[in-house]
Amino acid sequence: MRKLLAPVFNRSESSLAVVIIVVVLIFSVSSPYFLTLSNTADLIESYSVTTILAAGVFVVLVSGGIDISFAAVASVTQFIAAMAATKYGVPAFPAIALACALGALMGCVNALLTYYLNVVSIIVTIATSSIFYALLIYFTGGSEIYNLPDWWTDRVVFLRFETASGDFARITLPMVIMVLVVVVTHLLMSRTHAGRQIYALGGNPEAASRVGIRILRLQLLVYGYLGFLAGLAGFVQAHRVHQVVPTAMFGTELSVLAVAILGGASLVGGLGSMGGVVLGVLLLAILQNGLNLLGVSPYFFDVVIGLAILISISVTAVTQRRLRAKRGNSELRHE
Amino acid sequence: MPPGWNAVSAFVVQLCLANQTKLMTEPVPPTAPFLKLENIGKRFGGTVALDGVDWSVNPGEVHCLVGENGSGKSTLIKIVSGVHRPDAGGRIVIGGTAFDHLSPHHAKKLGIQVIYQDLSLFPNLSVWENIAIDQELGAPFLAVRRKTMRATAKEVLANLDARLPLDAIVGQLSVAERQLVAICRGLAAKAKLLIMDEPTSSLTHHEVVRLLGIVHRLKSMGLAIVFVSHRLEEVMALAERVTVLRDGRKAATLPAKQVDYHRLAELMTGSRIDHVLKAPGLETRESVLEVRGGGRNGEFADVSFALHAGEVLGIIGLMGSGRTELALALFGMTKLDHGEVWVDGKPLKLHSNQDAIRSGIAYVSEDRLLLGLNLRQSIADNASITTLDRLANSFGLVPPQRRSKLAFEWVKRLGIKASNTAAAVQTLSGGNQQRVVLAKWLATNPKILILDTPTAGVDIRNKQGIYGIIHKLAKEGVAIVVISDEIPEVYFNTDRILHMREGRLVKEYLPGATSEKLLAEAVFA
Repeated sequence: MRKLLAPVFNRSESSLAVVIIVVVLIFSVSSPYFLTLSNTADLIESYSVTTILAAGVFVVLVSGGIDISFAAVASVTQFIAAMAATKYGVPAFPAIALACALGALMGCVNALLTYYLNVVSIIVTIATSSIFYALLIYFTGGSEIYNLPDWWTDRVVFLRFETASGDFARITLPMVIMVLVVVVTHLLMSRTHAGRQIYALGGNPEAASRVGIRILRLQLLVYGYLGFLAGLAGFVQAHRVHQVVPTAMFGTELSVLAVAILGGASLVGGLGSMGGVVLGVLLLAILQNGLNLLGVSPYFFDVVIGLAILISISVTAVTQRRLRAKRGNSELRHE
Repeated sequence: MPPGWNAVSAFVVQLCLANQTKLMTEPVPPTAPFLKLENIGKRFGGTVALDGVDWSVNPGEVHCLVGENGSGKSTLIKIVSGVHRPDAGGRIVIGGTAFDHLSPHHAKKLGIQVIYQDLSLFPNLSVWENIAIDQELGAPFLAVRRKTMRATAKEVLANLDARLPLDAIVGQLSVAERQLVAICRGLAAKAKLLIMDEPTSSLTHHEVVRLLGIVHRLKSMGLAIVFVSHRLEEVMALAERVTVLRDGRKAATLPAKQVDYHRLAELMTGSRIDHVLKAPGLETRESVLEVRGGGRNGEFADVSFALHAGEVLGIIGLMGSGRTELALALFGMTKLDHGEVWVDGKPLKLHSNQDAIRSGIAYVSEDRLLLGLNLRQSIADNASITTLDRLANSFGLVPPQRRSKLAFEWVKRLGIKASNTAAAVQTLSGGNQQRVVLAKWLATNPKILILDTPTAGVDIRNKQGIYGIIHKLAKEGVAIVVISDEIPEVYFNTDRILHMREGRLVKEYLPGATSEKLLAEAVFA
């Protein structure tokens, strides 16, 4: 199986694909509703926000940083765009552009602080996250916005087809945005100079600066990109739930990070691929949905997230140790 | 050993001989130097790092730059590579054009490439991407041209007659292969002068031989090559000239053939250092440590030896011979798969290094900077870490004055040069750091002290100091194992030598009954 998948995915990704296939088989046997077309479409849509954010977090992780302020950034930009749209009647595209640009700007603040203070980015972004959130709650008093304009809340369906059982499966705006983000991020990271420089920076920052990579510029791009995607994710999230609640995104940080790490991105940087992250999302989505259909309590789901991460990290650690042992032996033989 | 090795060594030897004869029969054609430094000086605040240095390197020349730590080697390299700006009054002439200083970017453009000791590679990227990384530095949103990059990597490797899997991930290569990648990257960046910082320090003997083959190739391509090093025995064979720096000044530039180890040591330190051959004939004492048929699968096998109180036992072996693995097993860091360890006539089951420390075994690791010290903490913190439970008072707390007292004692006994015991270890020189590691383990009052390559990265003068400590401890009755791959270190400082190869102890030597040369031949054979 691994050999079969080898041309598409690297080692850890193909193990993840195998796990997903096994999980799918188990759920398909035990629940008749699992993986029906309409169920799958709903599932994909409900994970669109997570995937968009995970794409941005993936880029930051590859560069060797961690940014957990994206949920705060998404909340702030969402609220400001909603204010602009409801109070001042700003139309659709300028409002979305405002959210994204604001997000990118806040990301750049993270990049500048990380670069000039020379502090690990997780600490910088814990601080900025706290500040962004607190400012939002302070100025809004925690108030919610329900009267979003129609262009924001109307469901956009690109394709609709009837399934054999008479349900409808729809290709909707969040799915399309998600797919676009995944494709663009993949191309950025694997095909452009900037993407390869981000991998190089995460692999060896000292060497990156020695070969002449402009670190600040690259970090502005990395954190700015995540901020941009957070702005986009905030828009999509409000589109799905038809309202803006300042605390709605609160607490999504860990599950987004989990997805990226599950997908093979490393906390020390330089590793992982967009394909892997998509597989990570897929595994979590399938687990959640399957357990849900089997009637397992949603509270138990966080236990499953934790276990999935622990197992994936241990598998990587064990295979690496085995690889090292094997290499040691062969070196001894060759001497 | 792979069958090709002998052929490779023979090839290099022939190359060297061919070179020598050529030099002897016809005078060197007067080539214009690629790099010429005139009256280069550099001050940092009040300290003079470099003072009036003239230096030149010719195309097609291998030039060794040697000097002790702090002699100005790295400052000089940083001036050539544009990192530092020299003080006014000096000139840097490259290919006939004079500059008063360079920038890193400008230096690269002129063809100056430095291969740092850490190689500065990207362990997560492929071989081809590492070699051709320069082609990815253009406008950020342009597409990567994989085909061109792979072709560049392939071409550079072909020019060197070297083979590496282009798609392999660099982090999974051996040190020697990574070094080759770094050299290729320099070539892909159109290097005309390649400066290699300590290139042989983490290579096995065979890898050094292969590196020299590649260097010869570079030379014939007309590149100028500078080796910066402490340890030059192997490199001397291929070098044209050696420049010795001492205290920021140029002590001499000599043809490589005119210098030997002693002459170099003299030039580097400014004083003559002689090894004292230790008198053999240690009286037979009871053995404190005995290993009987010790083995670990895939690492070493059938290791048996006895160690006596007051004895200094050398274990010599190349990297990968199993020497460090054996030491780790004796210290309880790993478990033996076969055989037993006896201490003081009783079998000892080592479940962890706590067991080893309790039975009086101490181990000073190979890599003191990574494993032996917490560089940011003070001398007192580091020296007392192994004995905290003994220093604790009846409440289980450790009063700070007990720690500093202990540290002060060892600073005095080992002659550590430091302003006070609260100084952070990272502010000390390499030799003094090594002594702090020793202090930390000596504080446990060990009966058995295992030293793994104790003088790696320590300059000649400090080496002598550490040997002095070893002899003093042996006189006090401590049994000492010195693990090393430096022939003179083992030959001149131990009572008995065990030669380890391919995970086995192959032969025992007594320094009084063999010569340094014979030992070297056996080890590097």
